[in-house]
Amino acid sequence: MYVDPEIIRLLAFLVGVIAFAALNAAYLVWLERKEAAHIQRRIGPKEVGPFGLFQPLVDGIKLMTKQLIVPAGVDPVLFKIAPILVMVPAIMSFVTIPFGETLVARNLDIGLLAIFAFASVNVLGLLLGAWGSRNKYAVISAARVVSQNVAYEIPMLVTVVTLVMITGTMNLHTIVLQQQGGFWHWNIFNLSASPLMPVAFLIFFVCMLAETNRAPFDMAEAESELVAGAFTEYSGMGFGVFFMGEYANIVIGASMATILFLGGWDCPLGLFPGVLWFLIKMYFLIFTVIWIRWTFPRTTFYGLLNLSWKILIPISFFNLILTSAMLKVF
Amino acid sequence: MIDYLREIISGTWSLFVGLGITIRYFFQPVVTVQYPYQTLPMTPRFRGHIELVKDEETGETKCIVCGMCQKACPSNCITVNGEKREGVKGKVLTEYTLDFTKCSLCGLCVESCTPKAITFSKDYNLAGVKKEAYIFDLKKRLEAKN
Repeated sequence: MYVDPEIIRLLAFLVGVIAFAALNAAYLVWLERKEAAHIQRRIGPKEVGPFGLFQPLVDGIKLMTKQLIVPAGVDPVLFKIAPILVMVPAIMSFVTIPFGETLVARNLDIGLLAIFAFASVNVLGLLLGAWGSRNKYAVISAARVVSQNVAYEIPMLVTVVTLVMITGTMNLHTIVLQQQGGFWHWNIFNLSASPLMPVAFLIFFVCMLAETNRAPFDMAEAESELVAGAFTEYSGMGFGVFFMGEYANIVIGASMATILFLGGWDCPLGLFPGVLWFLIKMYFLIFTVIWIRWTFPRTTFYGLLNLSWKILIPISFFNLILTSAMLKVF
Repeated sequence: MIDYLREIISGTWSLFVGLGITIRYFFQPVVTVQYPYQTLPMTPRFRGHIELVKDEETGETKCIVCGMCQKACPSNCITVNGEKREGVKGKVLTEYTLDFTKCSLCGLCVESCTPKAITFSKDYNLAGVKKEAYIFDLKKRLEAKN
């Protein structure tokens, strides 16, 4: 029997990507708990295995043994489909992310567009899950998520458009290749294209935090006000899948920031480029995301929208105009 | 316009200052005590149940069986008994029972004790399933310590 090696390659990538996403979700929880603990000068998980390293596995088993309760009055279809709608696009986005020179499942010419298209489905999943669970906290949370994502999609996409104008391609692999050869070639320091590139990175990073509903923008899951927000009615692995989707989205956000601004798998000093450097940069950004969560308190909802509409959008548009002017002039 | 930009810059800077503080905490040593494995010494003014004090010279109790603690106790949880013995000056302690189920840790017994024969113990790990476990024979406890 003849099997196309391309199919085998894609299957291997599929399994690898799902394993990577699930493993990341599990161990980012561990990282989050450890980092939070040390910022508060505690130890964090330490009982299960060395440094509490088996804690995520035990937590996973616990979640899987829990009953999946479908409350009376929920929309049976939407309620069940919502966790999948959050998880699947996150997994799909991994397809086009180049982790290394040759380590990419499918090198799409519109990879950048594909990732942002998939990323916006995540909000739909949260909205449907919240609406379907017939819970007022969930619906309030969904309304917040949608308006927050509308507000932060704009500066993020404007920043990305600026970047696409500089690179001239949406192929993520090419974007990384253009930044090879030391950190002064990275887009974040590409001051000849636009002197505001570090600011653009900052805007991208802040929008990434808001898009993934991370603190200080975790209005969707504001525990102290909305129980668990959109996840209130979910139990067991239904909640677990939402959770994995959230962390997968963080990984994708950090990977995108790495690819677009920090030179992907390029080593800062031009030595030993490889997938290792990609992972170092990505996990440093994730570390920063968690670090931010345990530093800043949650913003008010108006503060969140004001930041986007009054500060991030004007600055990103100014950067867009400045970049296009500089591209035209030089 | 200038104010708008200044606010953005100072605001961004304040965020970085905040991040700096937390990362410094991140690298500082842990301050929590892992209780079952590590314990802190109890503070000197901690009030546990009372305990007989050992006389360093004789190795026996300092109690002279005057009964002042028994009289001072508002909840009647102390029972002291002694006897006269041949060749020994004063009374000899035969029984010192503390009913800790009734004790309110007021400390009047410790205050009233002239020879300073009782003190608060630092014992806080008390747990049991029977009421009888909290009727302490303090004389036996002192002997067990020797």
